[in-house]
Amino acid sequence: MDEYMLIFRHQDGTKIASPEQIQIWMKQTMDWIGGISAQGKFVEGNGLPFDDSKVVWHQGVVTDGPFGEIKETIGGYIVVKAGSIEEAVEFAKGCPVLQGDGNSVEVRKIAKGDGVHK
Amino acid sequence: MQQPELIPHLFRTEYRKIIAVLCKRFGFVEIETAEDIASDTFMLAAQTWSLKGIPPNPVAWLYTVAKNKAKNFLHQQATFTNKIVPATSTAENSATIPEYEIDLSPQNINDSQLQMMFAICHPTIAVEAQIGLSLRILCGFGIEEIADAFLTNKETINKRLFRAKEKLREENIPIELPGITEIDERLHSVLATIYLLFSEGYYSISNNKTLRKELCFEAMRLCNMLVENKHTNKPPVNALLSLMCFHASRFEARINEQGELILYDEQDTSLWDADLISKGSYFLNCSATGNQLSKYHLEAAIAYWSTQKDDTHEKWETVLQLYNRLLRIEYSPIAALNRTFALSKANGKQEAIIEAEKLQLTSNHFYYTLLGELYKGIDNVKARLHFEKALSLAKTSTDKATIQKKVDQLTS
Repeated sequence: MDEYMLIFRHQDGTKIASPEQIQIWMKQTMDWIGGISAQGKFVEGNGLPFDDSKVVWHQGVVTDGPFGEIKETIGGYIVVKAGSIEEAVEFAKGCPVLQGDGNSVEVRKIAKGDGVHK
Repeated sequence: MQQPELIPHLFRTEYRKIIAVLCKRFGFVEIETAEDIASDTFMLAAQTWSLKGIPPNPVAWLYTVAKNKAKNFLHQQATFTNKIVPATSTAENSATIPEYEIDLSPQNINDSQLQMMFAICHPTIAVEAQIGLSLRILCGFGIEEIADAFLTNKETINKRLFRAKEKLREENIPIELPGITEIDERLHSVLATIYLLFSEGYYSISNNKTLRKELCFEAMRLCNMLVENKHTNKPPVNALLSLMCFHASRFEARINEQGELILYDEQDTSLWDADLISKGSYFLNCSATGNQLSKYHLEAAIAYWSTQKDDTHEKWETVLQLYNRLLRIEYSPIAALNRTFALSKANGKQEAIIEAEKLQLTSNHFYYTLLGELYKGIDNVKARLHFEKALSLAKTSTDKATIQKKVDQLTS
């Protein structure tokens, strides 16, 4: 069984949601992760808050926020166990982030057991 | 107390103390000697007391006899050592205690028992052996009782204990409290063993209700010892004790006279032990310090909600979120099934059916019982098929009877 990272990509990280809306998303996210965990397939995960973020560029240039010129940003990730990329994609389809227009979940296999990475 | 009951009673309370102190004094190399001395002491008590009557202070009598026997052993050993192998490792302890003194003070008994707990629950010892040794050495259970608890025979238990003791010697496991840097990690395996001991009693299919209850209360006693010591009184320890109190509060309600399981919904709540519930709440509060959230915290919080019989949305939403977090820390099929049940209560049956079907725990009769419950009232034909599948997988007659009742309710 391989591990896949599901990366939550937000179209516009500068949008501000109401506390009620955040609470609903929170519950949906917890239930979604709970469902993956109930299948014994959850490895780890975390949210990446937009506050207190910087981007470090070539030659030590540092800018505010992850946004800069592009609006799209990463809001969090989870790592799941899956037998195939298709199974990992099925998990990703349930991600509440996808309710936002233009948002996406990137599914990437984690390089483990390839003889190079531990 | 009359003599016939007194000796078994004292055996249960004092044997483990004598063993712990002697083991600590001699080291695991001489664990069998320690056991022999403790057993001989009780044998002598049985013989002497039946002839001469019970002494005024039976416990002091036992300690004196055990001390003398231990001193004789140390004396013989010293004679042997001095003549044959000078300078051995036993010299370490003798700096603080006069050479042949055996310290059976309450303080040393308590310290030795705690240290033994950590030694027996050492990660290098197989879990099954840890439980056997705990029952024998920390709880003073007889071999027959241990065999009963594991639904096996005395010979198997003796073999298992023998191998475990050999391992303790081979690994040269020190009888001491771990240092501050190690304590959390070592506590982890001590707590795991205590919880297994409790579960052995709580979920055992043995019909011996008294024995099952004793296993549970012994596990709680060991955990309580950890709570009472300032080095081991950590949040997860309190959480585990809380969890066990909440579970144990339903002990009388969940098993009937025939030793059969009574489901939660059908339990007579007047049989729930209010005292244990309030103890559970107390330790749950004590566990709410620091920044460590252990699985015991989550399980204790879930167990707290189980003591609240109201069927409110708030309750099930909270329980669902607790299970979501618990499963992230540690997956288990039973937690996955319980989580799905909470999901049906909080988010509705339709969603829960979709989630349940993803679990694919197809060798587990609880899985099909849950699916049957979820389909009940939505698609009774499917519900029936699932209950029947559960029936074919159930092993005990109690489980079969419980599921049969559900099938019958569908048709009526």
